Amino acid sequence: MITAEFEYERPGSVAEAVGALAAADGDAKLLAGGHSLIPLMKLRLAAPGRLIDISRVPGLSAIERDGERWRIGALCTHTQLSRAGVGLLSEVAATIADPQVRNRGTIGGSLAHGDPASDLPAALLALEGSIVAQGPGGERTIPAADFFSDYLETALGPAEMIREVLVPAADGYGFGYQKFNRRAEDWALVAVAAAIRVQDGTCADVRIALTNMGPTPLRAGAAEAALRGAPASAEAIRAAAGQAAEGTDPPADLDADAAYKRHLAAVLCERALRAAAGIA
Amino acid sequence: MSATTERHVGQPLRRKEDPRLITGKARYIDDIALPGTLWAAFVRSPEAHARIVSIDAGAARARPGVHAVYTGADMADIGGPLPLAWAPPGVQVNNPPHWPLARASVKHVGDPVAVVIGDDRYAVVDAAEDVVVEYDPLPVVTDPEQALAGAPFVHPELGTNQVHQWTLAGGELEAGFAEAEVTIERRVVNHRIAGAPIEPRGVLADYRAGTITLYSSTQVPHFVRLFVALLLGTSEEKVRVIAPEVGGGFGSKLQIYGEEIVACWASRRLGRPVKWVETRSENMAVTHQGRDQIATVRMGARRDGKITAYHVQIVADLGAYNMLLTPLIPSLGAFVMGGCYRIPAVRTDITGVFTNKCPTDAIRGAGRPEATHMIEVMMDQMARELGIDRLELRRRNFIPKEDFPAAVATGVVYDSGDYHASLDKLLEHVDLDAFRQEQARLREQGVHRGIGFSTYTEICGLAPSRITGPAGVGVGAGLWESALVRVHNTGAVTVYTGTSPHGQGLETAFAQIVADRLGVDPSVVEVIHGDTGTGPEGRGTYGSRSLANGGEAIVKATDKVVAKAAKIVAAELEAAPEDIVVRDGKFSVKGSPDKGMTLAEIAGVAYIGAVPEGMEPGLEETTFNDPENFVFPFGAHACIVDVDVATGKVDVVRYVAVDDCGNPVNPLLIAGQIHGGIAYGIGQALYEHVVYDDDGQLVTGSFVNYALPTAAELPSFELDHTVTPSPVNALGVKGVGEAGTIAATPAVTNAVVDALEPLGVHYINMPLTPMRVWRAIEEAQAR
Ligand SMILES: Cc1cc2nc3c(=O)[nH]c(=O)nc-3n(C[C@H](O)[C@H](O)[C@H](O)COP(=O)(O)OP(=O)(O)OC[C@H]3O[C@@H](n4cnc5c(N)ncnc54)[C@H](O)[C@@H]3O)c2cc1C
Repeated sequence: MITAEFEYERPGSVAEAVGALAAADGDAKLLAGGHSLIPLMKLRLAAPGRLIDISRVPGLSAIERDGERWRIGALCTHTQLSRAGVGLLSEVAATIADPQVRNRGTIGGSLAHGDPASDLPAALLALEGSIVAQGPGGERTIPAADFFSDYLETALGPAEMIREVLVPAADGYGFGYQKFNRRAEDWALVAVAAAIRVQDGTCADVRIALTNMGPTPLRAGAAEAALRGAPASAEAIRAAAGQAAEGTDPPADLDADAAYKRHLAAVLCERALRAAAGIA
Repeated sequence: MSATTERHVGQPLRRKEDPRLITGKARYIDDIALPGTLWAAFVRSPEAHARIVSIDAGAARARPGVHAVYTGADMADIGGPLPLAWAPPGVQVNNPPHWPLARASVKHVGDPVAVVIGDDRYAVVDAAEDVVVEYDPLPVVTDPEQALAGAPFVHPELGTNQVHQWTLAGGELEAGFAEAEVTIERRVVNHRIAGAPIEPRGVLADYRAGTITLYSSTQVPHFVRLFVALLLGTSEEKVRVIAPEVGGGFGSKLQIYGEEIVACWASRRLGRPVKWVETRSENMAVTHQGRDQIATVRMGARRDGKITAYHVQIVADLGAYNMLLTPLIPSLGAFVMGGCYRIPAVRTDITGVFTNKCPTDAIRGAGRPEATHMIEVMMDQMARELGIDRLELRRRNFIPKEDFPAAVATGVVYDSGDYHASLDKLLEHVDLDAFRQEQARLREQGVHRGIGFSTYTEICGLAPSRITGPAGVGVGAGLWESALVRVHNTGAVTVYTGTSPHGQGLETAFAQIVADRLGVDPSVVEVIHGDTGTGPEGRGTYGSRSLANGGEAIVKATDKVVAKAAKIVAAELEAAPEDIVVRDGKFSVKGSPDKGMTLAEIAGVAYIGAVPEGMEPGLEETTFNDPENFVFPFGAHACIVDVDVATGKVDVVRYVAVDDCGNPVNPLLIAGQIHGGIAYGIGQALYEHVVYDDDGQLVTGSFVNYALPTAAELPSFELDHTVTPSPVNALGVKGVGEAGTIAATPAVTNAVVDALEPLGVHYINMPLTPMRVWRAIEEAQAR
């Protein structure tokens, strides 16, 4: 691996890491699991002058239930998350790449990278979770809906670091994540995350978010609206899922053009909703 | 001397190679360090076609640690362009010069324009970014059919993009089509794929005291030596090429690459070793690729199923330049175009075309996978047209076993075969009636399951010089193979082979063969390969030739050693040489097994010099084996797939293969080759595709989107075999390195069509990616 030259430091705390980021004045990158950043550096698509390795900062790897929500440390790996019983997020984390990647990649890195093909962002968006970021000026909590601003861009400031992720426990919801890729280890061509709360046979609440259907993860508002208040039936789900891609303008990839992605969104949405509603 | 008792041949011995491989003790190019080594990095064209206006290397040269930056102009003293060694015979082949470093223009993305040499790898990669090349972009053509139609031209001085036209025809084609009651035509695409070995290429050149030692990750060290000598204007004995451990090649290392020449040239110029190790990105862009044929295929048959004529017209996209064998590759398929069928008239017309893409050349199967794909897909298409069962149609046209050796319309003689037997065996594993019931039941549940077959034969064991040499098809390459078998003082044995194994496990197979003949254990038989500084001249490993040709050479050399040993034993024990047999680790006198000598004792006599009068001391022999014919492995494969018709995704749920590669020397090695071969074929059929956009930019430049299948995508293969010895060699063996790949793509494709028939999809071309399959279903439904 022949990257461009860089300096390296390993801060001992979040405060030190944020300080180092601020001092580097935009020419530094945090390094967590390295599984998004290092491939870019290897190809010289990224050449930060300084790496601030946060992978050993203590206290960032816990997953705790805190009342009605989960608090997930930024350094939690996908493997950890997949085994922690955090509902939809655990199901989603298990679909990421292969065991090596899951053992290294972190939730903080995944969210900060802002890749719309990544799996965790859509799940967090569907559950209306939020991101706790610390910067030189202190800490703030950013709702997922405001966090992903464009392709590989987030609301994080240049010297801000994700400390933890907050996810509503969503007790009483059923979940489904349908990821479509060519090979087991691939990124999603399209994926759909769904959560439904069924009350008396009716879909009392419906959350649907889409992976890789635009420059950021997206909520499928039309499909949600169509199903909210409708019976939790296969027919209603099918009708709603047909609107999954409404309002999206997905970019064409090598393996999926826009029309195919829109079709996939509908197919996967139906499958995800059925899983969430417990319809075989 | 009479027959030996076989103990190791036929046994599933674990590979001798594996301990060093799996404990990380193997030495690949990247592991070899010579004192004072400099590193090289290449500056490569980001343009698919451009005139080089200027190259400014000033900033790069000024960087710390940089020793030199060279361009094509600096290498004006080399002896010529990179070689096209084997052109199709008898026709004109346009062959514009292909320089190790581009001169004046670049023709595809990745074409090297300069090389930076410096102290370490970081220094040269950094400096390469500082070499400023000004390009004047020229029009680009990437579609071979468009390229044939006219401008833009890849090589404007030719005024055409056509490389050559070549035809192989036998039988009365017009009469055959006239006799046909049904004629069908399909456009069959064998798309472009990459070799993708796990170890990319690498070179380390060391010029010292007038001699060049080149370590290169190659399949053909002897060819590399020849061309390094020619291009560097030095004498062949002054060049030694060593292929150390080579981590796979799949044909992509059967080549003379510019980087090999540049490294040798620069080492001589600088008086220091020069090393370059390819990155995966470079491997995807500049290591030769394969296939890329569009064929118009016509097949004629009578209503009773008898195929009467077969005509294949291929447009072969050869990329930007001819490399070592580039225009010859499609021709290799032409010899077996009729597959395992008795077709009275077969004609193949090949048109080679230049495009602004990486050159193509031999990739696992080289021409035969394309040919097999065509005939096996066409057999299914014809069966449907005729309303005859697919397997029944095949059976009605199989060359019957009584006909072997069988001369076929394409002019070659198939050595041996029993095609009915392999299909029968396959059907012992695949209960078709049960499958059809299950298929119907699953369809009711919305699951679309299909089964596809491929009955194939191929031509390999390359050899024989009689045909490949100037007197035959005239490509001017004697493809004999050599062996030297040396018994040491202690009875240990070293075998030198001219083949150049790179993952196949041949060290094990060769040791088994020698061990049995000499009455020793395979563990004391060392096999040395891939070094032109040791052993006799050789030809390398490709075309599934190493066992059938190289192994046979070892048999002959060993038999000469045995004959000499028998004479020594006869003299020592006062018996006749004809009465000496090798049994239980001893050369003993027939009828008195207690009287005998071990190989160690015989070697003792041979090296002390107490040999019978008139005999030379020592115990080693050399042979050059040149078989009379190719070998033709064959078999029958079945593939079962499920298609998710809502998404178009194809899942291979079962794959059963019955192969016949003659007498098995080591069933484990055979299984390994068949497994890998099938994975390669499934990879092509469903996953892998080298894609360039209209501007000639490589879209599939990494393993993120060049989708090699992994274990997760593949079923556990079910293997069986029949044994039909080849009469061409004493071992009775045929090649097996490419067979799985050659057989697999049509089995998969036919299975997908079988699954989708009810939806109106009767024909589809590879690669069967989800989007393409989904679209085919949509289009069929809209009709
Ligand atoms: C072969 C392969 C396949 C993959 N497949 C998938 C897949 O299918 N689905 C999927 O979702 N992902 C996939 N990934 C990506 C993987 O999940 C990454 O690990 C993840 O996206 C990034 O996490 P990381 O800890 O490795 O981040 P890093 O690579 O260390 O960092 C990524 C970016 O985030 C920044 N960053 C890291 N931590 C923080 C923080 N706490 N605060 C602020 N910024 C931070 C870094 O500066 C950098 O810009 C794949 C990766 C590989 C190599």
